[in-house]
This record gives sequence, C-alpha cells and structure tokens, in this order.
Amino acid sequence: MSGLEFLLAGTLAASLPLLLAALGEMVVEKTGLLNLGLEGMMAIGAAIAFICVFHTGSHVLGFAAAALISTAVAMLFAILVIGVKANEVASGLAIGVLGLGLSALFGKSYESRTISGLPKIDIPVLSDIPLIGPTLLTQDIVVWLAVLGTIALWWVLNRTKLGLIIAAVGENADAARSIGYPVVLIRLCAVAFGGAMCGLAGAYASTVYTPLWADGMIAGRGWIALALVVFGTWQTGRVAFGALLFGILSLGELTAQAMGVGLPSQVLSSLPYLVTILMLVVISRRRSGLV
Amino acid sequence: MKLRLIRRDSASRLAMFAAPVLALVLTCLASLVLFAALGKDAGAALHALLLKPFLSWYSFSEVLLKMAPLLLIAQGLAIGFRANVFNIGAEGQFIVGALCASALPVYFPDGDFPMMLPAMIAFGALGGMVYALIAAALRTRFGASEILVTLMMALIAVQILNYLLLGPWKDPRGFNFPQTVMFPDNAMLPILFDGTRTNISLIFALLASVFAYLMMQHHFRGYQLRTAGLAPRAALYAGFSAPKMVWLGLGLGGLAAGIAGASEVAGPLGQLQRSVTSGYGYAAIIVAYVGGLNPLGIIASSFLISVIYIGGDSATVSAGLPVAAVEVFQGLLLFFYLMTFTLIRYRIEFDRKVPA
Repeated sequence: MSGLEFLLAGTLAASLPLLLAALGEMVVEKTGLLNLGLEGMMAIGAAIAFICVFHTGSHVLGFAAAALISTAVAMLFAILVIGVKANEVASGLAIGVLGLGLSALFGKSYESRTISGLPKIDIPVLSDIPLIGPTLLTQDIVVWLAVLGTIALWWVLNRTKLGLIIAAVGENADAARSIGYPVVLIRLCAVAFGGAMCGLAGAYASTVYTPLWADGMIAGRGWIALALVVFGTWQTGRVAFGALLFGILSLGELTAQAMGVGLPSQVLSSLPYLVTILMLVVISRRRSGLV
Repeated sequence: MKLRLIRRDSASRLAMFAAPVLALVLTCLASLVLFAALGKDAGAALHALLLKPFLSWYSFSEVLLKMAPLLLIAQGLAIGFRANVFNIGAEGQFIVGALCASALPVYFPDGDFPMMLPAMIAFGALGGMVYALIAAALRTRFGASEILVTLMMALIAVQILNYLLLGPWKDPRGFNFPQTVMFPDNAMLPILFDGTRTNISLIFALLASVFAYLMMQHHFRGYQLRTAGLAPRAALYAGFSAPKMVWLGLGLGGLAAGIAGASEVAGPLGQLQRSVTSGYGYAAIIVAYVGGLNPLGIIASSFLISVIYIGGDSATVSAGLPVAAVEVFQGLLLFFYLMTFTLIRYRIEFDRKVPA
C-alpha cells in the first residue's frame, strides 16, 4: 500500500474519535459551558466499551455502554457546574482525572486481551471507483453513521428552532431565561450529549480503530478534540474539516516516520496545538473588536 | 417549594474548615465502596493510601519530597486562580523549567560552570515564567483564552521534551534511552535529611508559601488580585489594571512551576528524562483548589495529596490496586470538595413558588 493509499484509507477512521468528541464538546460550549474533562470521558468510555465487547461480543452493546457511562461522568460535571455553581475549569479537570483513573482501574485486568474490530463494508459501485473506492470509500459502519450524524447535527443546529434556542442560551443566558427557555434543562442535555459523544469516541478508539485496551490509549485525543472545537470556530462543518485535518496529521506522523522524512515527528505532533493557538488569536481578536 | 442557593455575604468560617474535611471523608467512603466493588480489600487499600506513608521515616520523607513541587506549583497557580486567571498548563511550564535548567549540565557535563546550581534554578524559573507569559501576551493583546492557550502550550512542551530527549540531548552513552547524561554533583540540590531523597526544594516551596501568604493576605497587590477575581467590575472601577493582573497571575504561576521543574531534574531525577512529565502540573491544580486557594490551606492540601501519592505506591503492593487508584482518589477529592465548597459560598433556602 502506497503512502497516499494509506492516508486515504486511514484518515476517516483516525479522525472519527476526534470528530465525535469535538462535536459533543461543541454543543456543550454553544450553551455557554466549557467541559475540560474530554480526555477522561473518552477514556472511561473506551474502557467500558472494550470490557463490554469482550464479554458480549456485541459492538452495539459496547457503544451503548460507553455512551451511558460517559454520560454518567458528564452528569457529575453538570452537578458541579449547573447544580452547585462550582468553577467549571476545576470541575472539568475533576471529572477528567476521575475518568482517566476509573478507566485504568476498570481496564486493568483487560490489558493485552483481544477482540475483533468491525468489518469494512464494500458498497457496490462506490468501492469500484479507482484509487478512492477501495480506500477512502471502504469504511466500517460507524464511519458512515458518523457522517450521517454530523450532517444531522449541522441541520439541527442551523436549521431548527432547537438550534436557535441552544445558540440563545449560549449567547445570553439571562435573556433566554426571561423569554422562558429552560436554560438549565438545555445545558443539562448539552452536557449529557457531550458526554455520550465522548463515550462513543472512546468506544470507537478501543473497539474498532485499534481493538484493544491499554492504559492511556486515548493519548491526548481528548485535548486535541478540545482544540478542534476552537479550530472549527464552533461550526459543525469546520469542526468536521478540522477533524479530518488533525486525523491526517496523526497519520502523517506515522507515514513520515516510515518514509524517513527529515522533519522531526514532534513538529507534526505539535501542529494541531500550534494551529489552535493561532486560530484562538485570530478569532478572539475579531470578536473583541481589536482589529 | 423550591430549593435555592443564596450567595452568602461572607464565607462561613466553620464551613471553610468543614468543607475540605467533609470532602476527604466522602472521598474515603466513595473509594471504599469502589475498591470493594472491584473485589479488592478496601480496608487494606485505604490503610495503605492514608496511613502507610506515616509508618516509616523513609516513606514520610518521600511524602515531603513529593510535597515540594506540588506545594510550589500550587501556590503560584492559586495566585492566578484568585484573580480569575486560569493557568491550566503548569505542566508545560514545569517541563520548560526542567528543560532550561538541564541545558547547563547537558552542555557542561563536567560541571565546570560557575554557580552551576543557582544558575540552573534561575534558568528554570525564567524559562517557566517566559513560557507562561506567552499566554499572558496573547490574552492581553488579543483576548485569547489563557485556559486553552496554556493547555496547548503544555502539550507542545511535551513534544519539545521528546524531541530533545530523542535527538540532540540524548546521552551518547545511554544505550539509546531517551534521557540526558547524569548531572554532575554540583548540579544537584543539597539533601535536607541524611539518608533520604528530600532536598532543599521543600524550603523553596515553604518560602513561596510565606511569600504568597504575605502578598495575598497583607499586601495591596494581593488585594487587587483578589478583587479582580471576586468582583471584576469593582476592580475596574477602582482603576486596577486588568492586564497587569493577567501578567502577574501567569508570570508568578510560571515562575513557580519553572523552579519546581528545575528542582525535579536537579533533585530526585538527576537527569532530564521522560518521566519528568509525571502530571505534577495538573495535580497542583487539584492541590490549589482543595486548599481553598488559600496559602495556608494549600500547605495542608499539598501534604494530603503527597500522602496519597506515596500511599498509592504502597497500595499497589499491599492491596493489589493499580497506580490509577491515586488518580481516582484525587478526582473524587476535588469533586467532593467542589460540592462541599458550596456550603462556604451559599446557603440553601427553601422558598415558595411565586406565581409569575
């Protein structure tokens, strides 16, 4: 397989955990909250999904269990931030550390066990297209579902009343409250959604992308997803594009290493963070009217 | 009937002491249940976590060794947090501090550099501070959130560390391990108690605590910082410069983390290696909060978290707990602290629903 084919075949799968987690966090941030616990929520989702698939053999159950447990952890965040009005930075870190710790605790006895991933689906006609057919367009079912889900989320946020209400809650909670929108409920649902998406992202990472559990396997993808939301300026399409870009970068590291490119791989690994800082500067500057 | 949280005019003294104690008790209970549910000997686990570190002088000295960086970083961070300046990337400033300090022994492996150790500490302090001030510059100049910038900078710092350890700074005789040469004797911090690894960085941390206490509770600058955090608009009307608070909060946080990083390589590690990224920067955030962002409280909380670190090590042996149990305990502790902290700031009031 050539470098290009490798990139075409692998990018979507590498991007998927980033995409799911980032879209969840994007909705949370759209309602005016910031949950820094992505890494932990993804980790606990990944561990529980792996354990579940290992025992039941069912990926559907695995993904469901992951979504459920990560939502539960996200609810702890909601209790702190929405319930008792605790500082959201500290609260996010608390559940992040907790999630990471719990994932290692539960997953400990499942290290070095193996499960099978999901098959790639051959779609007639599509998979016959030269070059991209057998690579880019031959993916597992979750990738296709995620593509549909991303479009659905875009539609909800940009074309429905619910999307407008979410935006209103985030832009000006007091105004939204006085019009009669249930601010607390909207935020609660957003945090739950964010948790569930992180769970699914973790589940994909541990049961499909690399079907194994290892402590620390999320390996900073939660932080990249957090960066991705900023990179995508809180817009579904741009976040999805960013996920692809960051996914290619993470594969690029591998290809660069394999091909012996002179550039140190650390430069590539740092790019998402550098680009995010740059993005942050550009958008903050625009928003605060400094230009 | 509806439950409402009413903000108190002033913090309840009793609650200020009760909240962390209550949080610790709840954390112990929750971990007991959790460990038992996992089929571990929960009693033995808790015994190892909280009591073992006190049962021998050596393990107690290890607690003090751990306490130094946590206390130092947390004191620096708390100053910023109280002014609503959220430096989440102390881990990065810690790493950069360690890098800058290591540059001297790496390039002068025979130790023929005047004032080696003081120079290393100064390099580390400066490096950590400058690294944090990048975030201050971006925040004050462009309004970029320091939360995200410091976090991203921390992740970049790990990559810089990896690059140096795998490339130019790798010990040529180190069997290809990603680590630098062992530091010469004059690049090492003096040991505080014979027969232990506890070094004088503990003194740095305690001095920093005194400094933080004097500044935050008794100096006008501390008053400005606290006002900026509690009542930003009041601070603005009073003419306190908001950018200055950002520079100060991040600068002091980075400085402290940088010194801690330098002390880590010049102390227990004795070289720059990957394990310098052991998460002190993140744990210190927990320490700062559980200490109530109060310089005296942070001394207590850094001690507690260090006990749990050392206890966690022995729990892996005696109760078969994975090292991650320490993280779980820390996470629970911060969670319950933030819960009980509500008792300090708010009182609960029941009120009848008023028809709209």
